[in-house]
Formats: sequence, structure tokens, C-alpha cells
Amino acid sequence: MIEIRTHGRGGQGAVIASEILADAFFREGKFVQAFPAFGVERRGAPVVSFTRVSDGEIRERCEIYEPDHLIVLDPVLIETVNITAGLKDGGWIVINTNRSLEGSELVKRFNIATVDANAIAVKYGLGSRATPIVNTAILGAFAGATKLVGLQAVIDAIEEFVPLKKENNRKATEEAFSSVRIVGDGPREA
Amino acid sequence: MKKVIMGNHAVSYGVRASDVKVISAYPITPQTQVVELLSEMCADGEIDAKFIKVESEHSALTAVVGASAAGVRSFTATSAQGLLLMHEILHWAVGARLPIVLANINRAVGPPWSIWTDQNDSLSQRDVGWLQIYCESNQETQDTIVQAFKIAETVKLPVMLVLDAFFLSHTFEIVDILEAEQVRPFLPPYSTEVRVDVEDSHSFGNLASPDGYFELRYMIQKAMEQSREVVKEVDREFGEHFGRSYGLIQPYRCDDAETILVTSGTVASTTRAVIDQMRDEGIKIGSLKIRVFRPFPFEEVFEVLSGAKKVAVIDRNISFGHHGIFFQEVKSALYGRTDIPIIGFITGIGGRDVTPTVIREIADKAMGDESPEREINWIGVKR
Repeated sequence: MIEIRTHGRGGQGAVIASEILADAFFREGKFVQAFPAFGVERRGAPVVSFTRVSDGEIRERCEIYEPDHLIVLDPVLIETVNITAGLKDGGWIVINTNRSLEGSELVKRFNIATVDANAIAVKYGLGSRATPIVNTAILGAFAGATKLVGLQAVIDAIEEFVPLKKENNRKATEEAFSSVRIVGDGPREA
Repeated sequence: MKKVIMGNHAVSYGVRASDVKVISAYPITPQTQVVELLSEMCADGEIDAKFIKVESEHSALTAVVGASAAGVRSFTATSAQGLLLMHEILHWAVGARLPIVLANINRAVGPPWSIWTDQNDSLSQRDVGWLQIYCESNQETQDTIVQAFKIAETVKLPVMLVLDAFFLSHTFEIVDILEAEQVRPFLPPYSTEVRVDVEDSHSFGNLASPDGYFELRYMIQKAMEQSREVVKEVDREFGEHFGRSYGLIQPYRCDDAETILVTSGTVASTTRAVIDQMRDEGIKIGSLKIRVFRPFPFEEVFEVLSGAKKVAVIDRNISFGHHGIFFQEVKSALYGRTDIPIIGFITGIGGRDVTPTVIREIADKAMGDESPEREINWIGVKR
């Protein structure tokens, strides 16, 4: 089973990202589950959601405490929330940032991939400049960096889950897929 | 067609497949998406039903009581405080023998306000005379809605479906979606000769003197007892049509189990993963999910548990001044027929996560001698 935890802020689309990701894996024949750690969400408050992927039936119906991979929609969360808590060594952190994380301590234990999803979302008019909706772009980056799920499955899942701006969401996903940068020497084995 | 949908929408799809004619709605977290999607389905013509918006849950249930009395298939949904506001009408629906189906998303009762899951809202309605069915997956949820109408209309009692907040209501997973055309041979459109009809006026809900009321209550109990077989038969027939069946109870690896954990709702699912781990370690343990809580499946529960050396009941609820509510029920099912120790555990109240670690702790405690049988074993409470 693969367990993925998504960290974001209310309004960025973290919860829907975890659902789209589950749907993408479903399109590739996997058993899936996604759900939010439901708080009383407000725009800007930290949000966590979960995705499980498996070749067999998924029985665990509880939060994910030791994820295999992380998706991070807001880089500032690294400084305010212990987002790597429980993350397994060798796991991916796919993060929305315009900074290079070369030299980061995180690189010693994890595989890091960065994408400027804010810029991509703004470019395609997703959300506003102040609060871009970055979930579709970050999923393109996740597919591009981890190769765990195909780009087409992600695009098809977005088509199913996101009713508006379908063409621009697809473009944002594709651009993030091809522009995601892997920090350091590239992926290592889990 | 298979789709990845949330638990609340699994309820909506079940209603869509069931040829429902009246839906009443009053929103409350974590139930709201159930009626949101239903209102869209009605607006889009996917469901040919009257969608009634009301000003309270009391009215929501009263509206479907009226509709059901007029002889049409009716549905509503709620949670926690909403269910409690319906309390008077819950009784009414039973006394009037109306086959209403209601989905209750388990939410802890305030104060203090909570939107997270526990079972005290539905279990505090234990004695009103509704059938109660606790679901653990989105597929089971959709399928049980369809089954529930058939059960309700057969025994002329209302049925309540119960789902854990968030761990089921907001969880997306794969559901094989039922279409109305597929379901119709299993669940034909509803009609009844006993109904309110402006062309043929009768008096309903009139005064019953001591000479008659007693018998009407006796008949409700007889219908409840009969419903045990009806639930089984409807489930079997559903299995013939759709290849999926759920039973009154679901034993898991119980055949040679020395210890059996009794569960309900989503905890039942997580528990099976723990049972497999422990079986790999050579521990003879199994689990028993109680799916149908009313009518309580006394014989079925006794049959499974009587082979064990120890029984542990996991309750996500509490009857203040007594114990966990499933614990009481399991004890009464075994009373006088066996001397197996039955140990009660309370956990997960107010949405506290019930993880495999929590369940393992319960299993280990149950197998050891450290858990007093008469006291409540609180797991995870901060003291």
C-alpha cells in the first residue's frame, strides 16, 4: 500500500488534490481511498488530507501517521507545521515553491521535487494572484517526479473532479509535469 | 459503472437508484452533501422526486411522514443535533408504521460542539422502533439504502442507515454505482393501499384507548422480530441480483478464534487489518462486525461468540451510568447461555482516531488479564 499525505492551506485545494490523486490511481486499476482530516476549515488555515493506494482492498479507515510520500502546497508550512512527521526515509516530498531546496537538510533523508505551482496557476488563471489554486499543477508535478501515476490518468481525474476551466487546468498539469525539478542527485530507493 | 465517490454521495446514489418520490432536507455537517447532491439530481431530472426544503429537522422528518402516509417512497438525512430534534417524529413514524428511510451520519452531540464522529446520536434513539443498520464502506452504504426501502416496505417500519462522520461520510472510494433500471426488478415502485387519499377520506392517528394501544405496540415488536428474517432475505435477494451481500453480522476469521473483537462501523474495517497481522503472528483472534443493531441479531451473535474463550466489545459510544451500548447488547445476547468473559472498551469518542495501534492495544489487553470485566476500559482517554 502507498500512503500519501497532502498538506496545504484552506483555499488551495489540498482536499480535492487528494481525491483527484485517488481517482487517477483508480484509473490505473488500483484500489484507492482519500479523505480529509476535517477541521473547521477556513481560508488560509493549515489543512491535511490523505490518499491510500493499494493492489487490494483497503481496510484501514483512520488517518495516515507514517506516509510514504508528501505533497506540500505551501512551502511556508515546512516552517510552521512538522509536516515530515512520520514520513518514511526515501519518501518523496513534492513541494510547491519557487526556491531551490539544494542544500536542504531534508535532502539527506527524502527525495525532494519542487515546482513553482503558484506561478503556473496564476499563468493559467486558476484562483487569484493572491490565492492561486495550485492543486492541479502540483499533481502534474507529483506524476512527473515520482512516476507513480501517469500524466494522462491525472488529467482524466482532474477532468472528472474539476468542473471549471478544464482546458487551463489541463495545461497547468502538463506544464508542472514537465517543469518539476528533482533536487540533488535524483531519486533513491526507499 | 465504477466511480470514486464520497460516502455521503454513496447515500445519494442509493436514493437515486430507489425510485424515491419525496426527499426532504435540512442541512447539517457532516450530512449536507447527501441532500446537496440529491437536490442537483432532482433539478437535473435524474430523480423524479419532490425535493422539499424545510426550516428544521423536526419538519424534515414530519414532511416525509406526511409523504409516506400518502403512500410514496420517502427519504431524508441528518446528523447529531438534527436527529435529536427529530426524536418525537421518530416515534411517530414507527407508530404510524411508515416505511421511511433516513441516513444518519454519526456526529458527536454537543455541547461542546463537535462535528466529528461517535455513535451516541443514533444509539440514543435505540428504543424508538426504527431498524438501525451500521455501514462501513461506500459500496455497502449505497447498497444498503436500496435494501432499506425493501425491508421497510415489507415490515412497515422505518429504517435508519448509520455512517461514521468523515471516516466514511467524507471518504472517497470506489463504488459500483447502481442505476434505477437495474434496481427496479429488485425494488419495484412503491404502492400501498393504506394511505391518505383526498378522494377516500379516513381518519389516521386517532385516539387509541387502553383497549387497543397495547396491541398496536405488540404488533410493532412482532414486526421488528419478523424484520430479522426480512433483512436476511432481502440481503440474499440483493446478492442474487448484484453479487454483493452483507448479512446481519459479519464474522471474520472467527472459526478457531480464542478471542473475538466485536466492532461496528468503520472500526470493523480497520480491525480486520489488525486481525490479519495478529493471525500472522500465530494468535488465534477474530472479529465480529454487528451490522444490524435493531433488530439485534441475538442468535447470530451468540452462535459466533459461543466458541470463543474471551470477547472484547469496542464501543464508540457510552451510556452514561452504565457502559458501552454494544457491550450491553452483546452481554444480553450471551446471558445465561455461556460464561465467556465479555470485556468492554470505549474509544474513539468525539472523532478521536481509532488506529490499528489502538485496536492492537485493545486486543492485547483483552487477551491479558489486566482488563476488569465489570469496569469500563477506556482506551486513549487523557486523565
